[in-house]
Amino acid sequence: MSKVILEVNELTTKYITRFREDIYAVDHVSLKVEDGKSIGIAGESGCGKSTLALSLMGYYFPPLHYSSGEIIVDGRNITGMNPDNVRKTILGNEISYIPQAAMNALNPTQKVIRFIEDVIQAHNPRVTRQEIYELARERFELLGLPADVLQKYSVELSGGMKQRTVIATSVILSPKVLIADEPSSALDVTSQKMVIKMILDLMEKGIIKSLIFITHELPLLYNVTDDIMVMYAGQIVERGSADEVVFDPIHPYSKALMGSIIVPEAGLRDVKLTAIPGTPPNLKNPPAGCRFAARCKFAMPECQAISVNLRDTGGGRTYRCIIPEEDLRKAYENES
Amino acid sequence: MKAKGKEETAVGAEILSGKGLTRVFGFGPNKTVAVDHVDFSFKKGEIISIVGESGSGKTTLAKMLLGLLKPTEGEIYFAGELRDISSHKKKRQYWQNIQAIFQDPFSSYNIFRKIDAVLLDCIRMRGGRRLPYDQKRAMMEEACSFVNLKFDELTNKYPFELSGGQQQRLMIARIFLLKPKILLADEPTSMIDACSRATILDMLMNLRDEIGMTPIFITHDIGLAYYVSDTVYIMEHGVFVESGSADDVILNPQEPYTQRLLNDVPKLHEEWDLSTV
Repeated sequence: MSKVILEVNELTTKYITRFREDIYAVDHVSLKVEDGKSIGIAGESGCGKSTLALSLMGYYFPPLHYSSGEIIVDGRNITGMNPDNVRKTILGNEISYIPQAAMNALNPTQKVIRFIEDVIQAHNPRVTRQEIYELARERFELLGLPADVLQKYSVELSGGMKQRTVIATSVILSPKVLIADEPSSALDVTSQKMVIKMILDLMEKGIIKSLIFITHELPLLYNVTDDIMVMYAGQIVERGSADEVVFDPIHPYSKALMGSIIVPEAGLRDVKLTAIPGTPPNLKNPPAGCRFAARCKFAMPECQAISVNLRDTGGGRTYRCIIPEEDLRKAYENES
Repeated sequence: MKAKGKEETAVGAEILSGKGLTRVFGFGPNKTVAVDHVDFSFKKGEIISIVGESGSGKTTLAKMLLGLLKPTEGEIYFAGELRDISSHKKKRQYWQNIQAIFQDPFSSYNIFRKIDAVLLDCIRMRGGRRLPYDQKRAMMEEACSFVNLKFDELTNKYPFELSGGQQQRLMIARIFLLKPKILLADEPTSMIDACSRATILDMLMNLRDEIGMTPIFITHDIGLAYYVSDTVYIMEHGVFVESGSADDVILNPQEPYTQRLLNDVPKLHEEWDLSTV
């Protein structure tokens, strides 16, 4: 087994609203990412994917607050660290984060190279401009970006180019973990492909060691990551390899999610897309039992009452359902 | 009276067509031809998709079809007759026949008006101004239940109090009340996630069967276009490069542009070729 780069144990974080209500958007999430591996997080909007991404960095700002659990990056426990310290020593160095609309992060009044200088000097004020320029040029060329981008303003770049520039900048200090939150959702297919290729290049060329990729687009996730975790209402409901989760899901929610995939392939028109009725529970007062029970086709009366922990099927797969794996599979077969 | 005659048009008759439709923005060195001499003919009842990347001119075309933008050149024919929207009154009449759903539900509503007002407006547009309130309410309830919303929970609320998926469904409830002949859906599902997407598409299809309208999808999602439509038009730089039945275009593309678009979409059963970037 290779070295674990990021380990998260039972991490729980909450939002505190202005009415002093606690909303547990990430609820006892555990995960391990090994060296050279990537993991994808899927789920519908509002299930806590983006909050999980923010929480993983260990950098909390109101209304998001840490509640319990621990985060270990390459053997170093960063839970309970002073936020200023986290920002100086962890972000950018150990963990990097690309937000959803990363291309809006560029300052339109500054050239790209000034932005990179800011990032590097925030961590090491002694580096000279010349050194930074050399480093940036080398890195950009390695990633297939023209070096003259460095001397441009952000308005001179296209959307896809901006996104790639921001990604290249965010990994300029070679962090161990890259967390990408919907890095390509605002782009069209061709730019999306370029962005994805670049992220995969980062892994291949050893600039980052592991990747956490968040998106609701399952075909994309399937093509990018080794493992997929499915999230529902703040909890992980299933984890397995990309192949297993997409083609052979166990949890009823994952099953329904896979039924909503649209890809331009023969046979798509013969399949009827499944819609999941109802809406996710309000996390202000989550249900006592299974959180998906209210929308689940296979729910039994006890689902509403008993909350289940993740069950291990052996072979690295886990799922959160009271019904045994064989019974679920039988139920799926009967359905089709 | 004229409108009545149009309703009886046989299925398969031409409902919307364009000849040499062109729109140019700017002039001199900054001239951009967004839509370049486009010809099309949409038949009643068929589901049409216009697919293209950002900047291909899809939305400009949609705006011209809706009468929000004036074509620089070319004509649009509605139900066989040259479209006339020269006066405000004629424009309003035209909009009884063609309606749209836009990409961003968050910016589609007037933030100062409540949901009731949005729906009452639609009833008024269909000539129900003088109906008693009970009847109007029954109509609004019917429209909301069609899209799985509860009118009792919506009344007296503002659209921004709803989630994105709910707002988009409210948009469909509007269309249900208006019963237009053509619905232009400009990226109707790109801002909502994959599982709500199936719901929205289902509703649009039900609506089509219910009120017999002709939906036109404008999208960059070639998978969605393949799933929903009968006829697909592929647009590049303001021109339709390929068109035909969905199966022909998607499964057997002839144009290099269509092939590239299809190649760039991540798929499940074929390897995603990243070397061709």
